Amino acid sequence: MRVLVPVKRVVDYNVKIRVKADQSGVDITGAKMSMNPFDEIATEEAIRLKERGVASEIVAVSMGEAKCQETLRTALAMGADRAILVETSAELQPLAVAKLLKAIVAREQPGLVLMGKQAIDDDSNQTAQMLAGLLGWPQATFASRIEIADGAATVAREVDEGIETIRVRLPAVVSVDLRLNEPRYASLPNIMKAKKKPLDVLTPETLGVDPAPRLEYLRVEEPPKRKAGVKVGSVQELVAKLKSEAGVI
Amino acid sequence: MSVLVLAQHDNRTLDKATLHTVAAAARLPGPIHVLVAGHDCGAVAEAAAALEGVAEVLRVEHPAYADPLAEDLAALLVSMAADYDHLLAPATTFGKNVMPRVAALLDVAQVSDVVEILGPDTFKRYIYAGNALATVRSRDARRVLTVRTTAFPPAGSGAGRAEIATVAAVEPTGLSTFLGREVAKRERPELTSARIVVSGGRGLGSGENFKLLEELADVLGAAVGASRAAVDAGFVPNDYQVGQTGKIVAPELYVAVGISGAIQHLAGMKDSKVIVAINKDEEAPIFQIADYGIVGDLFKIVPELTAELRRARG
Repeated sequence: MRVLVPVKRVVDYNVKIRVKADQSGVDITGAKMSMNPFDEIATEEAIRLKERGVASEIVAVSMGEAKCQETLRTALAMGADRAILVETSAELQPLAVAKLLKAIVAREQPGLVLMGKQAIDDDSNQTAQMLAGLLGWPQATFASRIEIADGAATVAREVDEGIETIRVRLPAVVSVDLRLNEPRYASLPNIMKAKKKPLDVLTPETLGVDPAPRLEYLRVEEPPKRKAGVKVGSVQELVAKLKSEAGVI
Repeated sequence: MSVLVLAQHDNRTLDKATLHTVAAAARLPGPIHVLVAGHDCGAVAEAAAALEGVAEVLRVEHPAYADPLAEDLAALLVSMAADYDHLLAPATTFGKNVMPRVAALLDVAQVSDVVEILGPDTFKRYIYAGNALATVRSRDARRVLTVRTTAFPPAGSGAGRAEIATVAAVEPTGLSTFLGREVAKRERPELTSARIVVSGGRGLGSGENFKLLEELADVLGAAVGASRAAVDAGFVPNDYQVGQTGKIVAPELYVAVGISGAIQHLAGMKDSKVIVAINKDEEAPIFQIADYGIVGDLFKIVPELTAELRRARG
């Protein structure tokens, strides 16, 4: 079974971003970029499926500028077999990404698409569900455990109330949550090997998809700031302030 | 044209998240309809009909809706969508699961986790873990939204007298099967609706040490939460997680214990009315947003605080 793993290049989670003074967006000039952490977890899970003999080939896909090749090389160094970049300078929103992925699925015929539940830049949490909908495939979102047998995936899902378990027929789209696994670091020899693994470059035009954004970002502002309060010296002082000053207890 | 709200429920009770979503729907033009899809869910339909601002409840009964599966609920919503300009659900794991599928099938964008409605097509939402607030305009004819429940006060309950109409189910897709649910049974209030939340981070050192927080929470009548670091370390289950990728809370009082204040945690709690931080590192970023901070050893301070609160209560 072939597994498709979409990976997104995002501002590293440790970077404190700044809003541009003209409110036109977020200034990410020179910021450290990394693979979206949830996509690392998806990549790791695909590799484990291959190690268990469930998956036969792992194809990593990314979309955006040529620099996304770095993210794909990371996936290849972790253990993906080959990579596809959909190269475009267009702003890509989740619906467009889902449509592009649908076109890739038509070419690659994977039995499973494994992807992060959300990207830590736009925090949309949409693409997996959209892709499943467009394909008419089942979806299992926010996975914390995945077992594959007899043409189906049994997936434990992290929901607000606890854990839900569902079974989805394959092919399916599964989005992964934090506790599914701990992604490995790529070893130096594997990083060297990854440079020789195949990486195809496609475009939205060759895939026949119009990626035009449907949401217009009118303004991006600094969120209302909280002011730092006071340090108190004792719990007695704290309780007194919570009672009389803040009035919350 | 009207607004359709997808109700979250367990066939017996209407989830509070729906009350907040109805309140958000009231900021949009047109009457509000609430879709209650379930199995033996009459009590839920009646609760929805009693909500302030609801014009009509659409009740759909089918065993396929006994547990919420995205494929079947999305198909149902899509079959009804022609009559609506706006389709809303809470930005809970329930709404997040279903609504993007609906949006894709309608070929429209979804606006996730809306915190403010500026007009029928213009919304505010946070990006980059709450470090930027974006105003977005939808160019689509139909808008699919998920709503951050803490950003809208709940709709009043009991005053409404909406009609309940029965709507036929859509043929189940059979794409997925619900196998089971392990609901965390807790004595304490639910995180997202609690008036007070006590959260622990990596500083707690172990799951065992969360007992200290539970004692404090019990004196305060509070819910217990955790940072992603504490969840990652295996101290507590993921449904405790407060933050960008967990739950968003905005209680009257948030007590952060042994939490350094990573960006992604702040994203989940910085709208709390009053924040208290207890941390041994006086440089910890949590102090930059805390109203009251105590620098010191949490293993000494938390039991002291619990005792002091008990004393204050008499």
